Amino acid sequence: MRQAIEKLGAHTIINVEELGRLSVFLFTVFKSVFSRALRMSEVLKQVAFIGARSMPIVILSGLFTGMVLALQFYDVLARFGSVDLMGSAVALSLIQELGPVMTALMIIARVGSATCAEIAIMRNEQQFDALQCMAIDPYRYVMAPRLVAAIISIPLLTAIFNVIGILGGYLVGVLIKGVSGTAYLQSMIERVVWDDVQMSIIKSFLFAIVVIWIAMGKGFFVHLEKGVSGAEAVSRVTTKAVVASAIAMLFVDYIASSFLI
Amino acid sequence: MANDSESPLIQVNGIDSFYGERHILKNVNLAIQPGEILVIMGSSGSGKSTLLKNILGLLKPATGQIEIKGLDICQASKHELTELRKSMGVAFQGGALLSSLSVGDNIKLPLRHHTNLDEKTISIMTRLKLEMMNLAGFEDLMPSELSGGMLKRAGLARAVIMDPKLLFFDEPSAGLDPVTSAELDELILKLREAMNMTIVVVTHELESAFKIADRITILFDGEIVITGTVEEIKSCQDERVVNLINRTPRDERIDAQQYLQRLTRENQ
Repeated sequence: MRQAIEKLGAHTIINVEELGRLSVFLFTVFKSVFSRALRMSEVLKQVAFIGARSMPIVILSGLFTGMVLALQFYDVLARFGSVDLMGSAVALSLIQELGPVMTALMIIARVGSATCAEIAIMRNEQQFDALQCMAIDPYRYVMAPRLVAAIISIPLLTAIFNVIGILGGYLVGVLIKGVSGTAYLQSMIERVVWDDVQMSIIKSFLFAIVVIWIAMGKGFFVHLEKGVSGAEAVSRVTTKAVVASAIAMLFVDYIASSFLI
Repeated sequence: MANDSESPLIQVNGIDSFYGERHILKNVNLAIQPGEILVIMGSSGSGKSTLLKNILGLLKPATGQIEIKGLDICQASKHELTELRKSMGVAFQGGALLSSLSVGDNIKLPLRHHTNLDEKTISIMTRLKLEMMNLAGFEDLMPSELSGGMLKRAGLARAVIMDPKLLFFDEPSAGLDPVTSAELDELILKLREAMNMTIVVVTHELESAFKIADRITILFDGEIVITGTVEEIKSCQDERVVNLINRTPRDERIDAQQYLQRLTRENQ
């Protein structure tokens, strides 16, 4: 029993310590964004990596999410004789919740893992030490462009996810299940208000910060991983970064929803 | 060659350094004179890389003081440290080139960051350094396309691109064939001649150290055993220095009781 409590205590101390370290890291990255002019070429490169190259998976997952939603809502709404409300049901579900969350999950899988591994390898190969010795701030040079690029790209990807999802819902609802096209679009126009879109934007903005923060931070402190080094440490922090950012994103989702709904 | 009448360029006063619980450096004192090539030697785990990291300001010693050009780097502000680092060059063991940039862009990096030179001048200066390192024509390659020796030379080219007066070189010979290693030694000597640099080299290669050093510092288990000229090192009678020079394996006395305990202990 005592051993279990000791273990829990040790674990808590490690986690609190890490949270503190990552918080200071995020603060420093934000500070570096505003300290001097950003390298726009690197920001654009990261926008291409995080944004443009994520388009295929965001479009595909958006399409299927919208299609599945239409199937589910058709089944439920048909029982109440309100299939005409399908457009608003699909759009609201996507805009308020599924769009931001699913996009963030896709970004965690594609960008979060790659960013974490890349930064961890840079650390292992002494590239950050080299930058520091060249009097170049690693936060400003490596981290700040990624943060800015994520903040630009992820809300845009979320918007694309929402639009494609609504289109997927239309394909299944109108073309397969025979719901009236006008009713689908009309109910959406009538019930989706600016506050819903605003919620989507705020959530995706917050998720962008959480996802890129944890991916970069975990990679940056790979050398502090206990008991492992080299390739094994990179693999461990990458796994941890994916899990931690998914959980943190869902936690932030709950908090944001409770304030915004 | 060093001028003893001048005040030291680098002064290390009684530093102690730890990794967790492990005591790595124990009361290390060292003075490096302007214009000299000082080689820090020692076997693996002796603390030489930790000493270098402390001098570079990448690690903070637990106690003691390190002064470079009169600036206490342990107390210096971020701005002071940045200004100091602009006048220093560091060549890392594996080159530490940024993997996302080409060799040329890596070498141009300090110039683009710290000067207002136009791109044409930066390109000429980069090619000059690449020529110096026998890397002409490799400008557009990515670091992943270079061999170990080329990476070290490209790292060295980046370290000297700002024409620093103080250069640090971590393990120039490690993992290289004898010919490439000898070429790098020649390069270090050439750099000192051409640019009148003060050079600090960390290595465990005896031959290389004897060839390039004005003075050698030998570290053993985190303590400095001796700092002296090549002749002084060769004539030193300290058992640890003699063993290092003669490549004698450590004679570790085995306690029978402890040995048995280690063999039979339960896995934790």
